[in-house]
Amino acid sequence: MKNAQLLLDDPGWIITLKAVIVFAVCVVLTIMSVWGERRIVARMQMRVGPNRVGKFGLIQALADGVKLALKEDLIPAAADKVVFVIAPIISATTAFMAFAVMPLTGPVTFFGEKTVMQLTDIPVGVLYVLATASVGVYGIVLAGWSSGSTYPLLGGLRSSAQVISYEIAMGLSLVSVFIYSGSMSTSSIVQAQQETWWYGLVLFPSFVIYAISMVGETNRAPFDLAEAEGELVGGFHTEYSSLKFALFFLAEYVNIIAVSALATTLFLGGYHAFPGLGFTEQWLGGWFTLIWFFIKVLFFFFVFVWLRGTLPRLRYDQFMQFGWKVLIPVSLLWILVVATLRVISTTSQSRPVTFGFAGVVVLIVLGISTAFESSKKKRDSVVHPVAAEPNFAVPSLPSEITTINVSNQGGDRG
Amino acid sequence: MQPLLTIQGPETALFWFLAPLAVLAAIGMLLVKKAVHSALLLAWVMITLAIFYIAQDALFLGIVQVVVYTGAVMMLFLFILMLVGVDSSDSLTETITGLRPIAITAAVGFGGLMVSLLGHATLGRQPIGLEIANASGNVQGLAELLFSKYVWPFEVVSALLITAALGAMVLAHHQRTNPRPTQREQAVNRFRSGSLAGAAGLPGPGVFARHNAVDVPALLPDGTPAPSSISATLKARGDVIDSSQFQLDNVDTTVVEEK
Repeated sequence: MKNAQLLLDDPGWIITLKAVIVFAVCVVLTIMSVWGERRIVARMQMRVGPNRVGKFGLIQALADGVKLALKEDLIPAAADKVVFVIAPIISATTAFMAFAVMPLTGPVTFFGEKTVMQLTDIPVGVLYVLATASVGVYGIVLAGWSSGSTYPLLGGLRSSAQVISYEIAMGLSLVSVFIYSGSMSTSSIVQAQQETWWYGLVLFPSFVIYAISMVGETNRAPFDLAEAEGELVGGFHTEYSSLKFALFFLAEYVNIIAVSALATTLFLGGYHAFPGLGFTEQWLGGWFTLIWFFIKVLFFFFVFVWLRGTLPRLRYDQFMQFGWKVLIPVSLLWILVVATLRVISTTSQSRPVTFGFAGVVVLIVLGISTAFESSKKKRDSVVHPVAAEPNFAVPSLPSEITTINVSNQGGDRG
Repeated sequence: MQPLLTIQGPETALFWFLAPLAVLAAIGMLLVKKAVHSALLLAWVMITLAIFYIAQDALFLGIVQVVVYTGAVMMLFLFILMLVGVDSSDSLTETITGLRPIAITAAVGFGGLMVSLLGHATLGRQPIGLEIANASGNVQGLAELLFSKYVWPFEVVSALLITAALGAMVLAHHQRTNPRPTQREQAVNRFRSGSLAGAAGLPGPGVFARHNAVDVPALLPDGTPAPSSISATLKARGDVIDSSQFQLDNVDTTVVEEK
């Protein structure tokens, strides 16, 4: 609870200043990440990307933002006006709220006050992030419903179903982190990782499940079914324009940054340096940890962009099946394993018991996967009835090809 | 005897700001016509309750209230309500006669039960205060109670909820009589279904100079409209426009000079 004590004696003006800084960081990161995403995706697609406005096109996103804000603001006649206006506000505010519990730095001196760059440190910080995410879904659902049109409704339904199902997997993947760190506060989890290993290594399956479900949670490619433009036009935000659309846009990117920051905090050691580079943390009086934090966050953001540039969009039913039938059961089993290991390691110190248990788990996993594969083979061998061979009128083919003239020189054509 | 309720400072301000809003929202929930608005107001009431819990040091309870009630339960509610449509309002006519007095009796009875239960729980007992209850941390204190003293009710409730969820699934789910065709089988069947017309998907609707919405059929090479280019829903609704009016012969192409 070192961070909580440091935060406790902060005067009000420092808290206000920190809130403003967190907000500004989110907005600036959004603008820069829109630019970054367009440049990276362009490079992956052998294009150049925005390079005209400002140096390297750096302020292209800003220019686009200004243009977006100055567009005409339309509210469809069939829309439910109040809800239509509230929806983007819910989406954007909850996205920002998640950042309040992220520890951005270790202890630093801020205007003569010893503190940490974290707005608040509550004992259930990670649950708080989940709570804000679950309220954020309201923005999407209500936007889809209040537009009074078919595509947004379908998009809203899809994305809320998606966010809810992947939030379960996400929540379950966090459980093993709680079990290992013995805390639900973000700063204590960072501290616990500093004392042992990064949980991304120790709890690798949890890390993988979290990484997958965070993409599903933020409605990003390849899981961006809510905005599948080939099927649903723009999904839940089809009818939105101008600033209201900008708020959804902002919310999406702030959410990406927030889940990346949470992944950094829970699995990659938070603001601490990479192993072996701990001596850098005292450079600049602790502010150097900010750089480590953002390197890790931007790495996750790069992975988001990488996924978008690489993978095709999933079909909706495949996506939901993956969430419910693979991610959730696997994370439940993994929690079982982690909890058992934890109990073994805290009660008896004997190594053989731990290794024996791990061996049994590996054997069981191998057995299940073998059984699964053989049942899949059986299922594939079932022949489904198909219609009879059609009888189309096709030109008759020569029964036997006798000669083929192959001329490399093209002499026939002279 | 010390007063049961000691609130002061910012907490008082918070209470007097949020409590009227919560009560208004609760009353509004009963009075508004649209079901989705009702659900929204209920969600707001739950969030205010969560804020009150947090203000009273029950941090875990407050956050879980948001995650579980606002995030999961209300969202499922909204899900169902959304499918009802944006324009539908509740019909206030009684479909089954005599339901209203039964409902009122049940409501009053349940209210009385709740009041008497809560009265038993709080009146005439000296509260030890959250300071002592939270001595070893809010989450830890809660976990200790939940997994020692109340482990049996906790497990029973979870078993009950799982049974309910499974029961709902069994009742709502119906078994397919024949296996669902895979994407590949559907593709094969399209090519083997007598005509190749639909093999590459149905034709799109017509695109004309004067009209390019989904309600005009495209034209076949011989000039007749292609019925398969229009969605069956639109056809059933009678929303299909005659495409012949967009044919060049029928369109008035005389240019009027503007003055």
